[in-house]
Amino acid sequence: MSIEALPAGEAARADGPVLQVDDLSVTFTRRGEAPTRAVDGVSFAVDAGETVGLVGESGCGKSVTSLAVMGLLPRRGVRVGGSVRFGGVELVGAPDRTLRDLRGADMAMVFQDPLSSLNPVVPIGTQVTEVLLEHRDVSRGEAADEATRLLDRVGIPDPGRRLKEYPHQLSGGMRQRALIAMALACSPRLLIADEPTTALDVTIQAQILELLRELVVDTGTALVMITHDLGVVAGLCDRVHVMYAGRIIESADRHDLFARPRHPYTGGLLASVPRLDGARGAPLTPIRGSARDTIPWAEGCAFAPRCDHAQDDCLTEVSGSTVPLEHDGPARELRCRHPLRRPPSATGATASGAAR
Amino acid sequence: MTAIGDVKRRRIDELAARAGQVPEGEGGVSLTRSAFRRLRRDPVAIAGAVIVVVFLLVAAFAPWLAPRDPLAQTLLSEIRPGYIPGSREGFPLGVDNLGRDVLSRLIVGSRQSLLIGVVSTLLGAVVGMAIGVLAGALGGWVDSVVMRFVDILLSIPGLLMAISISVLLGQNQYSLVIAIAVTQVPVFARLLRGSMLSQRNSDYALAARALGVRRGRIVFGHVLPNSLSPVIVQATLSLATAIIEAAALSFLGLGDPDLGRPEWGAMLANAQQFLGVRPELAIYPALCIIVVALGFTLLGESLREALDPKFRR
Repeated sequence: MSIEALPAGEAARADGPVLQVDDLSVTFTRRGEAPTRAVDGVSFAVDAGETVGLVGESGCGKSVTSLAVMGLLPRRGVRVGGSVRFGGVELVGAPDRTLRDLRGADMAMVFQDPLSSLNPVVPIGTQVTEVLLEHRDVSRGEAADEATRLLDRVGIPDPGRRLKEYPHQLSGGMRQRALIAMALACSPRLLIADEPTTALDVTIQAQILELLRELVVDTGTALVMITHDLGVVAGLCDRVHVMYAGRIIESADRHDLFARPRHPYTGGLLASVPRLDGARGAPLTPIRGSARDTIPWAEGCAFAPRCDHAQDDCLTEVSGSTVPLEHDGPARELRCRHPLRRPPSATGATASGAAR
Repeated sequence: MTAIGDVKRRRIDELAARAGQVPEGEGGVSLTRSAFRRLRRDPVAIAGAVIVVVFLLVAAFAPWLAPRDPLAQTLLSEIRPGYIPGSREGFPLGVDNLGRDVLSRLIVGSRQSLLIGVVSTLLGAVVGMAIGVLAGALGGWVDSVVMRFVDILLSIPGLLMAISISVLLGQNQYSLVIAIAVTQVPVFARLLRGSMLSQRNSDYALAARALGVRRGRIVFGHVLPNSLSPVIVQATLSLATAIIEAAALSFLGLGDPDLGRPEWGAMLANAQQFLGVRPELAIYPALCIIVVALGFTLLGESLREALDPKFRR
């Protein structure tokens, strides 16, 4: 891709991951209330051209993780700990200016709701050129030409006309394409997509995912995909981190994860996806309870109250610390004392014990 | 803070909270255009607009519309102590105590009333919005300090403050405008600050930040344009208040001392002494004040409904 958008971190590009998150923690503090730890010791890395999925249900800390990486959390009432290294530059505690220069130019983000993420009273074109004018040394006319090319590249027909239109005049899929065009305007090395398809209908979802995949392959952009949709993960991600209550509980490559989920929560997620080849009217098997039924990690496994495999030692503190994230075979990590040993029972309850 | 300030603050905050809500299911029609479309179908809005336009036209063409010179004391020879003004042949609305044509004075007086109303509202809106932007954009302690000051201003009854200021500044046209403008400032400041605060945490502001857009650009290019609709509504409503306050100050003798410029409030004060025998002399200017204020209020209220997504049909 183009050279002009590269910062001083050029040297770090060849070796090492684009994004290296180590022991990231985010704590929300409010006067008069106990602090809430939304993200707790999250570590992961993303290489150029790689797609990493952060999966989990609402409130598990995946969006907060992405905001912390981008440095978009408010300064007041939020404590961010650990380390986020982007191309060798430490972002936690970095000055606003550094972050602002990186955002949009080297790292960009696509949000969940394309309608509310676009300014309703400003034409699309202005919003796209704004990014270009902010980060690149271009004139207004050049920026407008570049914006036309960008909209064309993300598959918006008749881009010249669309640039003059307002967000409400575009369809949902086109709005999300426009947002992706804005995010990719300066060829960032890292793109974080926070549930980019949740607000779209299914056919459009597929198109947007396909677009993201093409862009990652074409440009070598590192992509962090935040989602609760396992279908998205299956279609797009190379590596998957499953989060629960602010921590990563299982990490694996996509195929491994789907073939052999080890954490009961991952197994539960997979089992609760409806299957096309299942019997008609076959009941879904949801995970018991809701995300509120957790216990603090310090007291054991946060998922234990909802877990079918939980035993006494899951609920109590055993080895002086919480349940650790440990290596579990090649390129896998797991935070569980009583992992699943067989494929989830989604394919048929009769196959029980087959893998034992 | 006093109860009066409380009520005012609550009203302003409610208005601010409704800023920039995006209407659902209005595909293909922009916010302003759909608002305009609904305004055109609303009889109340049309009535308000007609009143406002008529008065504006009268004010604009006053010198040509007035049948006589509003200053000429036509019946000087007849005016003696104890003279009772009133109807007279050739004067549609009669003459005042100095023998001046009431109709011509009403027509020419509309200039003064509307001018003071518009200029003071504009001034108040500009200053108030500057303060609102300051507080809404910077937040933190700047916001706290500025808004406490604005709250203090709000808790003082408007007319009382206007009277005090115009007395302090001395009697002239400009002090009248400034006095009325000052009473408008806190309303606009609080309104804009409130609606900016609600817009500042919006998704598109976050998205713009995520793309590295600088703060000034986010405030002026994104947040401010989305926060303006309640301010426009308030400006229309404020025009009515400003005109009434201008008339009230003139009535109290705090208005423009230049007798060469007829003014409704002053005419009202003048007619006061003949209220028992010639009430119509007071009724004519009072009616003008009421009708023009009503026109602006009707227009403002229907503008608010048109811009408010909750009222969409």
